[in-house]
Amino acid sequence: MRLVPRGPVGPALSLLVPLFSVLLAFAASLLLLALFGTSPREAAVAVYQGLFTDLRGFSELLRRAVPLVLAGAGLALAFRAQFWNIGAEGQLLLGAVAAAGVALFSGIEGGWLLPAMALAAFLAGGLWALLAAVLKARLEVNDVITTLMLNYVAVYLVEWLIHGPWKGKTAFGFAYTDRFPEAASLPLFPGTALAWPGVVLAVLLAGFFAWLLFATTFGFEVRVLGENPEAARYAGVRATVTLSLVALFSGGAAGLAGFVEVAGTHHKLLSPLQISLGYGYTAIIVAWLARNHPLLAVLTGLLIGFVFAAGDVLKVALMVPFQLVEVVNGLVLFFLIAGEVFLRYRVVFGGRRG
Amino acid sequence: MEEAEASSRCPGSSPPFLEVRNVTKRFPGVVANDRVSFSVCPGEVHALLGENGAGKSTLVSILYGLLEPDEGEIVIRGQKVRIRSPKDALELGIGLVPQHFLLVKKHTVAENVALGLKGVPFFRPARAVAPRIRELGERYGLPVDPDAYVWQLSAGEQQRVEILKVLVRDVTLLMLDEPTSVLTPQEARGLFEVLRRMKAEGHAVIFITHKLEEVFAVADRVTVLRRGRVVASLSVRETDPQTLARLMVGEELPEPAARPARTPGRELLFVEDLWVRSDRGFYAVKDVSFTLREGEVVGLAGVAGNGQSELIEALTGLRRPERGWIRVGERDLTGKDARVFFEAGVAHVPEDRNRRGVVATLSVAENLVLRHYRYPPFARGPVLDRRAVRRFALEEVKRYDIRTPSIDAPVRLLSGGNVQKLILARELYGEPKVLVAAHPTYGLDVAAARQVHGRILEARDRGAAILLVSEDLEEILALSSRILVIFEGRIIAELAPEEASKERLGMLMAGVAA
Repeated sequence: MRLVPRGPVGPALSLLVPLFSVLLAFAASLLLLALFGTSPREAAVAVYQGLFTDLRGFSELLRRAVPLVLAGAGLALAFRAQFWNIGAEGQLLLGAVAAAGVALFSGIEGGWLLPAMALAAFLAGGLWALLAAVLKARLEVNDVITTLMLNYVAVYLVEWLIHGPWKGKTAFGFAYTDRFPEAASLPLFPGTALAWPGVVLAVLLAGFFAWLLFATTFGFEVRVLGENPEAARYAGVRATVTLSLVALFSGGAAGLAGFVEVAGTHHKLLSPLQISLGYGYTAIIVAWLARNHPLLAVLTGLLIGFVFAAGDVLKVALMVPFQLVEVVNGLVLFFLIAGEVFLRYRVVFGGRRG
Repeated sequence: MEEAEASSRCPGSSPPFLEVRNVTKRFPGVVANDRVSFSVCPGEVHALLGENGAGKSTLVSILYGLLEPDEGEIVIRGQKVRIRSPKDALELGIGLVPQHFLLVKKHTVAENVALGLKGVPFFRPARAVAPRIRELGERYGLPVDPDAYVWQLSAGEQQRVEILKVLVRDVTLLMLDEPTSVLTPQEARGLFEVLRRMKAEGHAVIFITHKLEEVFAVADRVTVLRRGRVVASLSVRETDPQTLARLMVGEELPEPAARPARTPGRELLFVEDLWVRSDRGFYAVKDVSFTLREGEVVGLAGVAGNGQSELIEALTGLRRPERGWIRVGERDLTGKDARVFFEAGVAHVPEDRNRRGVVATLSVAENLVLRHYRYPPFARGPVLDRRAVRRFALEEVKRYDIRTPSIDAPVRLLSGGNVQKLILARELYGEPKVLVAAHPTYGLDVAAARQVHGRILEARDRGAAILLVSEDLEEILALSSRILVIFEGRIIAELAPEEASKERLGMLMAGVAA
């Protein structure tokens, strides 16, 4: 058995291979469950019934998917420009901080409060990413390191706020802020805990990013810069400007995810672990699976959202440890990366002639 | 093919070291090697001669185990063998000195040589090979300091390291892939001397080239490839350059391109007292002044590495000059970036077309607007007009005869000649005032080179001022209205084509006043 390189692949194959990889990953996950003493059949049925037989269950899947799509679409844009933004987690938290700050302290009331929170969240996340982008463009500081490290700064910033200056008077000693005013809550889809404007925002933003990337001169610059920086300079692309805009959009999208989380679910600023569940990191997988296509991030965000929601179901229905979700996420990624090989090579059995 | 049969006996009745029999290798859409047969004797330098795309590199890749042939067989010392990897090749005594060096730049020479070598100690392997490097260096005339870091070495010295890497593995057959393409003429002469010593030590050498004079300088036998087929295998003593050129090209040699007819007009590009630093910080361009006028081609001749690259970059906004001025028409562009230069009408055919001139993963259409994408008619405000881009691409592909599966195909699928035609099409669109063309026909076959020359002369006749930077003296002599010679960063001579000859230019380029 050996591998033979293949030429360009059609869209059918490039869709089938990842699909098959995901199915295999799920099969492997069920096998893993069996090792935990849970019948795979029972688990599959529980997940199906928990997520696909009623609106409430399905809305949980969407609730998980929204921040993943938002952050993932932004990362797809960033990765196209070879801006290795590993900092969506921190940008999301900064978005949550800014949204909370506006909700609690701006004094804005009524219908303008939510848009103001969203804008603040977008800018906060965007500027957080911009910091790393400017360091990269001006001083060639490694963006992986800076974006990653800024995550920790963001985590401690939130911790400090909720333990210190922003600690709620009504929190009875717990580490979180006061509850936001009513006007700061996103409306929920009736009968669910899903803030539906988040869904709309995620789809619109993914579409907007795809349009930016493929239909505008800015997007052209992003792609040229990402594929060949030397040619980009020759083409007249101003890397600092382009990279800064990319960072602003990418971090801004993650910031919006933070806004949706606090304004749609929590209604206060609380521990970073509770705000995010690692959405910012998982969004890297979302973008990667989508092959850095912002619109495809809607699909892959739903897929990973499903993994998260299925984990919740299993935890509640079958007492499976929640950490298993991480393992399943890992398996999905592992199988997808392993599957890449079949897009580039054909497997030939036996003889030496291809 | 009879040639190959006849030549499979070596002088002194020894059997050939290597025989290639009817090797065929197909790629999607092309037959890269079509029933190729030839043999190499011990103690001979065997040239593989052919134009780009003739199948030389494929053949070398097969012999080095990077590709497997679809058909045919390889025989070494009378034994049929299968070479599945470079490891197999090295074990059979075949080594490759690649055209683009594969060295770890941050490591020393000795560390690079020791890398992957069998029988070196686990700890401090470099120390164990250093004496061997000195010894081999002395024996073959390859002086290089084992403790020097590779990034400190010139291209010629790095090549020596690659050769030593092969020699230290006790190979019998060395293959050198276009070894002179990175060397100065002096370094090339040094390399030929090394090859002669290898021959004397009983090594066989396969020397890949598309330059005729190198065949006569160093080879004993030559196998000519054309479009994947062996068209002849000859003893070098029994042939002459005209015959080989005909065999290689398969058609009559081209007429030299027409000399300029029109008189140059007003001055378009002014360069005054220009000083430019190289990446390493020293001055690569020193006090250069010249002008380019409407409707003239000015040739800039020089051995690579004498400041041409830095000068080109300064003239196109890719490198900030340290001192001096660059003006286009009435505008002072000193210190401006590439976008401003482009908008002022300075077009640029870059010297490294794949690294800078195109984005290999983007489509032909996108690459054709790589410089114009932000201006009408290709952009309306911030939005790219994809229809206009496609229409333009279809026209240019036709007009410049760019051979591509479609305008949506990624540029990496195109051959070098077609990439160059694409770049020319793009750079000449919009009638630029000034064209800086660096090595525009480097690596192209005769037919493609002729087309490129035609386009450059067309642009000249329309009134463009053209700076032609080339190492190919025939190209410079054929196209230029004036010739500048650059040596160690300074323009040391300006000649009319009538007073220039290859010999005189060669002397000037070498820094010998003439």
